[in-house]
Amino acid sequence: MAHRAGIQKRKKRLRYIPKTKEGIRTKTKTEFFFDYTLLFAIVFLLCFGLVMLYSVSYYDASLNKGSSTWYLRKQAFASVLGLVGMMVVANIDYHFWQKFAVPAYIVSVILILLVKTKLGITANGATRWISIFGLSLQPAEVAKLGMIVFFASMICKMGGAIRTRKGIMVLLGSAVPIALLIYIVTKNLSSAIIICGIVILMLFVASPHYKYFILGGVGVLGIASAVVLVVSQGLLPEGTSFRLTRVQAWMNPEAYPTDQGFQTLQALYAIGSGGIWGKGLGESMQKLGFLPEAQNDMVFSIICEELGLFGAFSIIMLFLLIIWRFMVIANNAPDLYGALLVVGILGHIAIQVILNLAVVTNTIPNTGITLPFISYGGSSILFLLTEIGLALSVSRGIRLEK
Amino acid sequence: MLKNKTYNRKKIWIIFVCCLAAILGLSARLVHLMIFKSEYYMEKAESLHERERDIKAARGKIVDSKGVVLADNKTVCTISVIHSQIKEAEKVIEVLAKELELDEETVRKRVEKFSAIERIKTNVEKSVGDKIRSYNLAGVKVDEDYKRYYPFGSLASKVIGFTGGDNQGIIGLEVMYEEYLKGKNGTILTMTDARGVELSEQGESRVEPINGNTLRLSLDSNIQKYGEQLAKKAMEAKGADGVGILVMNPQNGEIMAMVNVPEFDLNDPFTLPVGMDSSLLTNEERQDALNKMWRNGCINDTYEPGSTFKIITAAAGLESKSVSVNDRFHCPGFVIVDDRKIRCHKVGGHGAEDFIDGIKNSCNPVFVDVGLRIGPEKFYNYFKQLGLLTKTNIDLPGEAGTIMHKEENIGPVELATISFGQSFQITPIQLATTVSSIINGGTRVTPHFGVAVEDENGKIIKKFQFEEKKHIVSKETSETMKELLEKVVSEGSGKNAYIEGYRIGGKTATSQTLPRGSGRYISSFLGFAPADNPQILTLLIIHNPQGVYYGGTIAAPLVKELYENILPYLEVEKEEISEK
Repeated sequence: MAHRAGIQKRKKRLRYIPKTKEGIRTKTKTEFFFDYTLLFAIVFLLCFGLVMLYSVSYYDASLNKGSSTWYLRKQAFASVLGLVGMMVVANIDYHFWQKFAVPAYIVSVILILLVKTKLGITANGATRWISIFGLSLQPAEVAKLGMIVFFASMICKMGGAIRTRKGIMVLLGSAVPIALLIYIVTKNLSSAIIICGIVILMLFVASPHYKYFILGGVGVLGIASAVVLVVSQGLLPEGTSFRLTRVQAWMNPEAYPTDQGFQTLQALYAIGSGGIWGKGLGESMQKLGFLPEAQNDMVFSIICEELGLFGAFSIIMLFLLIIWRFMVIANNAPDLYGALLVVGILGHIAIQVILNLAVVTNTIPNTGITLPFISYGGSSILFLLTEIGLALSVSRGIRLEK
Repeated sequence: MLKNKTYNRKKIWIIFVCCLAAILGLSARLVHLMIFKSEYYMEKAESLHERERDIKAARGKIVDSKGVVLADNKTVCTISVIHSQIKEAEKVIEVLAKELELDEETVRKRVEKFSAIERIKTNVEKSVGDKIRSYNLAGVKVDEDYKRYYPFGSLASKVIGFTGGDNQGIIGLEVMYEEYLKGKNGTILTMTDARGVELSEQGESRVEPINGNTLRLSLDSNIQKYGEQLAKKAMEAKGADGVGILVMNPQNGEIMAMVNVPEFDLNDPFTLPVGMDSSLLTNEERQDALNKMWRNGCINDTYEPGSTFKIITAAAGLESKSVSVNDRFHCPGFVIVDDRKIRCHKVGGHGAEDFIDGIKNSCNPVFVDVGLRIGPEKFYNYFKQLGLLTKTNIDLPGEAGTIMHKEENIGPVELATISFGQSFQITPIQLATTVSSIINGGTRVTPHFGVAVEDENGKIIKKFQFEEKKHIVSKETSETMKELLEKVVSEGSGKNAYIEGYRIGGKTATSQTLPRGSGRYISSFLGFAPADNPQILTLLIIHNPQGVYYGGTIAAPLVKELYENILPYLEVEKEEISEK
């Protein structure tokens, strides 16, 4: 298979290993694989992200935070912390975490519920953070990692039961409460969607079936197109809900230039004014207060404005490279547990990248989804890097024969 | 431990392919947005970021017939500070306080205020602005601006008019010739952030302004100045409400002077005259008072012309052959029309007289007789033909129309009173223009100030043409009228306007204002010179004089005084007069 590119040659030799007996394997001179390509891509993206974050946020920071490097410093701190975490996790055998499946689940639930207590922090009208030791933490980010660890373990423990409908129901039954909790307690629809996405992808890989997933996918697409059809035909009843006007604003943002369509429209202005070559690093006009939350969900549109189509493509290629490395690691993982962990991580990053690009280009209605490694958000970067550490740890399990 | 089976691997591969497809699809969308829709969104974004600031165009000058500048521009400066750019606050405060003659506290408060841009002082002389600029202080901005400036202050104030805050004409010629004077403002395009703060590093692009053109008038500032002095003197001497003087060339309608005392200061048009405390007035009352102050009586107000209108009755009578100069009349001191007894101003009557005597004496019964002879229909047609019923179309805004009886309502009594200039109202400019037309050989002229539009170097861009209507009265009637009116001055009621060596024609008038019996009069005199070939026509009106109020006694000598001074100035030759 061509897609295995990088380690294909080694893989051929690797294939012999399962055939040999345990004792023989220990005597064979083996060398462990480490995915330096992934590590390099991540570090590069991180640095690039910090440069862009500074460019995007200095105006807002110097105006509202008193220092132009306010966002940069916080992000850099989280990045360093995350890199340390990544290296620590990368050097721990990933099977270690199997024991923590249930605690991870419970901790996730507790952290989410803590938002409702005194520890909760409200910002921009949403209560999504908690304060621990003076640092703010977003439980939804913890829950994503928690769910990946929990789910991978559950599937492996279940063994053959995954093939049964009951098995699938049990798994879904354990995941849905977390997603609902995130949606209801923190009013964070996008995180709930991401967790559902991660869970479904892991299930898809673990299960030998296709039918349910294809049916499910068709069902979701059907509902979505029905909603679009209803809204576009103007068949909405009076007193339309908030989310449906969002759909209307999505289909025609210029008809809602001051409210629902405002952010989308400003993002499109930014993207459009970038053109092929962009205005140059630091030259964005839209970040000067025109585009709300430029350093968060909309950071990619400012990248487009400053670096142009080529800059945007460079970022996209970098993300593709990372996703490809995840696939390679998952495919060559020594066991299903490792493969599922990496699939979860792949799902997490891929879903966020795809949804973020879709939102800033107004391909789907506006839901607040951040761009991994680049958007401002300490919890997000910290746990993303921990996940990378986990993936690297799985990659170490791939044995190479010399 | 579960193995990573082949189907697991296949599914991971499928996920990757799906992600790849989604990302490629979104990349295509990016290409669409950033290449094909780029121009559209860029334009929209730019219009959001750009701010246009006007660079004011200098308004065109207004010059008199000799080229004397009546309305000019003064460069003034606005001094402001940009808080975020100030480096040496103490020095800025010290310099600004010193140069702008403000106390340090005021300046300090403004300099230390946290605002994007804070104005320190406006309307600062250019020399002061230049001096402040030469200090090169960071954060101090000196913006130049034009302010309309009238070198003569109140001269011809109600004619020239003034401009408002946007340099737009508000009254007078400034409004009428706005399109030539205003020029075209330039723009400075700058980029701003969402708060509207300009971004200096983004630079700016300029579109230079086009200055307004010069307007040349027929007005002569010397005659105007002298007229104003005379009018002011007369107003004070007679305790009058106001004095109006209109000086025009009857041959072509060019107005040389239009005096309406009291005038007001064009450089300070919003200050009410002394004696009126504006703080006691409501806004509406204040505005009314200002409008009254700005009002140009010569064209905006109508009045009963009285005996000066006998010129028109006489011309209509002669033209319709209803009367000839040698016709005989008898004045017993009154005339009875229907049941009405109309008095002559001479209680004892003028006795037997011919038409020449009638006009010399300004005898009411004679003109009532002439009016009745012409008849209402013909008389009304002459009004029309002479242009009395339409506006003169003078190039000033707000000209009032004639208030005249409807043709079908003119009975003998109305006809009789119209004949000597009562029971209807016209504007002074209408009377002067109509008389001009009668004595210039019969050409109805359009009274006007505007002569030409010139560029900055004095090159003529446009010469104004004004409508003329020929033959509204015959040459003969015109000649006869000039002779008759010369006799009024040389031998009759207008003899107070006689100047040795000049041939002057004219007619006096005294009319009581409505309501009758109020004791308020309007005295006037209309005179022209030289009588045989009129080059200058003057209508002088005194509103509500105290004491003696006869036009022949108080108005005619003023015109004489005016002519004694301006006829030599206009190079009208003295000549020997053949007849006495």
